[in-house]
Amino acid sequence: MTYEELEKTAAGKADLINVRRIVRDQAEKLAANTGYRKQVLVCGGTGCTSSHSRQVIEQLEKSFEELGIDDVLIVKTGCFGLCALGPIMIVYPEGAFYSQMTPEHAKTVAEKHLIKGGEIVKELLYADTVHADGLVIPFAEIPFYKHQMRIALRNCGVIAAESIEEAIAAGDYAALAKVLKEMTPDEVIAEIKAAGLRGRGGAGFPTGLKWQFTKQAEGDKKYVCCNADEGDPGAFMDRSVLEGDPHTVLEAMTIAGYCVGADEGYIYVRAEYPIAVERLNIAISQARKVGLLGKNILGSGFDFDIHVRLGAGAFVCGEETALMASIEGHRGEPRPRPPFSAQCGVFGKPTVLNNVETWASVAPIILKGSAWFASIGTEKSKGTKVFAVGGKIKNVGLVEVPMGTTLKTIIYDIGGGIPGGKQFKAAQTGGPSGGCIPAKYIDIGMDFDNLTSIGSMMGSGGLIVMDEDTCMVDIAKFYLEFTADESCGKCTPCRVGTKRMLEILTRITEGKGEPEDIEKIKEIAEHMKSSSLCALGQSAPNPIISTMTHFASEYEAHIYDKKCPAGVCKSLLSYYIEPRKCRGCTMCARTCPANAITGVVKSVHEIDPAKCIKCGQCLENCKFGAVVKK
Amino acid sequence: MTQDIFEGTEEQAAALKSCIESHRGEEGALMPVLHEAQNIYGYLPAEVQTVIAEGLGVPLAEVYGVATFYSHFSLKPKGKHKVSVCLGTACYVKGSDKILEAVEKELGVSCGECTPDRKFSIESCRCVGACGLAPVMIVDEEVYGKLTPKDVPDVLDKYMGD
Repeated sequence: MTYEELEKTAAGKADLINVRRIVRDQAEKLAANTGYRKQVLVCGGTGCTSSHSRQVIEQLEKSFEELGIDDVLIVKTGCFGLCALGPIMIVYPEGAFYSQMTPEHAKTVAEKHLIKGGEIVKELLYADTVHADGLVIPFAEIPFYKHQMRIALRNCGVIAAESIEEAIAAGDYAALAKVLKEMTPDEVIAEIKAAGLRGRGGAGFPTGLKWQFTKQAEGDKKYVCCNADEGDPGAFMDRSVLEGDPHTVLEAMTIAGYCVGADEGYIYVRAEYPIAVERLNIAISQARKVGLLGKNILGSGFDFDIHVRLGAGAFVCGEETALMASIEGHRGEPRPRPPFSAQCGVFGKPTVLNNVETWASVAPIILKGSAWFASIGTEKSKGTKVFAVGGKIKNVGLVEVPMGTTLKTIIYDIGGGIPGGKQFKAAQTGGPSGGCIPAKYIDIGMDFDNLTSIGSMMGSGGLIVMDEDTCMVDIAKFYLEFTADESCGKCTPCRVGTKRMLEILTRITEGKGEPEDIEKIKEIAEHMKSSSLCALGQSAPNPIISTMTHFASEYEAHIYDKKCPAGVCKSLLSYYIEPRKCRGCTMCARTCPANAITGVVKSVHEIDPAKCIKCGQCLENCKFGAVVKK
Repeated sequence: MTQDIFEGTEEQAAALKSCIESHRGEEGALMPVLHEAQNIYGYLPAEVQTVIAEGLGVPLAEVYGVATFYSHFSLKPKGKHKVSVCLGTACYVKGSDKILEAVEKELGVSCGECTPDRKFSIESCRCVGACGLAPVMIVDEEVYGKLTPKDVPDVLDKYMGD
């Protein structure tokens, strides 16, 4: 099939996509044109697949056969964003949002809703989409989605993730066609620069400038690379784009290839993302078949092809020079810069490297114009940013908001707040390279420069929410364990610095901290920042420095008072049974693995501190709240 | 510890040979070949590394250097069932360290080790991206989410039988 033929069949599917995008009453009219009475979209992203969305699809297919339903389309999409409630299933044209589906639920929905003349099964809908008076609210209007603006994720959860037809019907490759037919490379670069697009991978370098440098670099061979080595634990937006709309990444890389004069590209993706890898491979072979990759793309005379390279579990490979070494088949160790990758990248050739989310923002800029994109966001951070919101928050998931949206909006309006009535303590952004945002900055607008100014960083967009039960010293230690483990060992400041800092922090959490430890950490941090080879070492001290700045009293409590205020650091805790509350039920003594609890039935029990291993079993199992942690 | 004895089948050797053939002459072929070799054998013993080095014309030292650099590549055989506990941030703040402790206690070996009967091996991993289900553990390909330490024995029980 040629692209032209595919474009025609895809155009016939545009209404299918529109039904999913247009609000209810119009969608219902449109649905009549599609040949399908209803469409059922089931999330096939990693989150929902892990909570068994495949079985939901299988059950639907089975029920359809039994019930003779043949005019309802089942679509396996990418991520809808609300991962905590998975598996998620949306039925159009109503826009009914079913959450936490099981195969039994799917059977019920098929029998009661999807069958001809059926009605929405309200009990199975996500509670926020049912109004107090029983009316169903379209999910786009609920708090989680209302405050969002989806540019990079525009097709995730909208199109069938493995269908190039649906991708084209939803607008993929229209920007590539426009670029190849109507624009010169310089015009495209000027448009990206005018849009103010900055790299979403962490550093925030202007994307247009990167392309321009690579275009200007001399070389007979150039490369375009995609950094999909999403190593920051807790960030999963890149994976979701690859799983939900892989074609937008291929399209944008091809556009960049045209701009800089490259004919080959690599996508470096984590091996831990099997679904993303599979969908990428499917998308690449589909694109090759219709001439969207390969020789003479769309008859323009421009050649471009893309290969997938798998990472192998090294965090440092998210760093550009390390990533390129890994593509070349070497140990993923970084090297000093300059030369920069625009002059000397993969295989020593000029290379453009952008992150997945950055690539996903390119096509909308070409189609809607730089002025539109630049009108979103803040003065120096344009457009939107996807955050992977996790930790102690109700609506764990993916959230795309205009740059400058406040942390408060993200946590409370979109995220639904902290579960269990707990207090918000801090949010961690930027992962092991970033820092924390304490509660007093909750009104800060989230953009590149604001976050840097308070000692954190945007990073790739992982946002971990922490409540009063999180110990900030323990969290700093957690990140240090990570960076010490992932330090590649090539340069001394990082290899030795992470280790020494981890030793000091471990000591502090064990109650062996000394007053001069704070100064020691600061000194090591300075050396690491100024002399490490790559960003991993330069930014590894950030989580400690930022927690020391914002939560100095917690460090002091650990060092001077030998106490952990949050009650996390085991060595500093003691468990104790309050005699007034103890009923003598013997439960604690029976569950204690160390036999540290003594007492007989109906008499007050006691914990022997010398034997206690502080596992917390007694506290978890006491029905009367008599066990306390101090 | 006793030395692990390498036992490869003829099918495995043939699969490795054809994998090397298909990548020969390709720039940066070593990583994809190591990935495939690990899929074939389950790990990368010295014997397999030697075949790859000779087949691709790369020094054995370099093959070894790359294989030991990346945590995904293993030079030791793994258990029949691979138990992997996520220690990414989202899981960590929800107590995945306690899940790992429960797994270690249940299987009687530490993280990074294999049970003496080669049935289970335990490892920790950094974020599989199922943060909505935190804390999670993965047994083979199956993801178990929203776990408490008490759930661990039941999950592992499913794999004890075979």
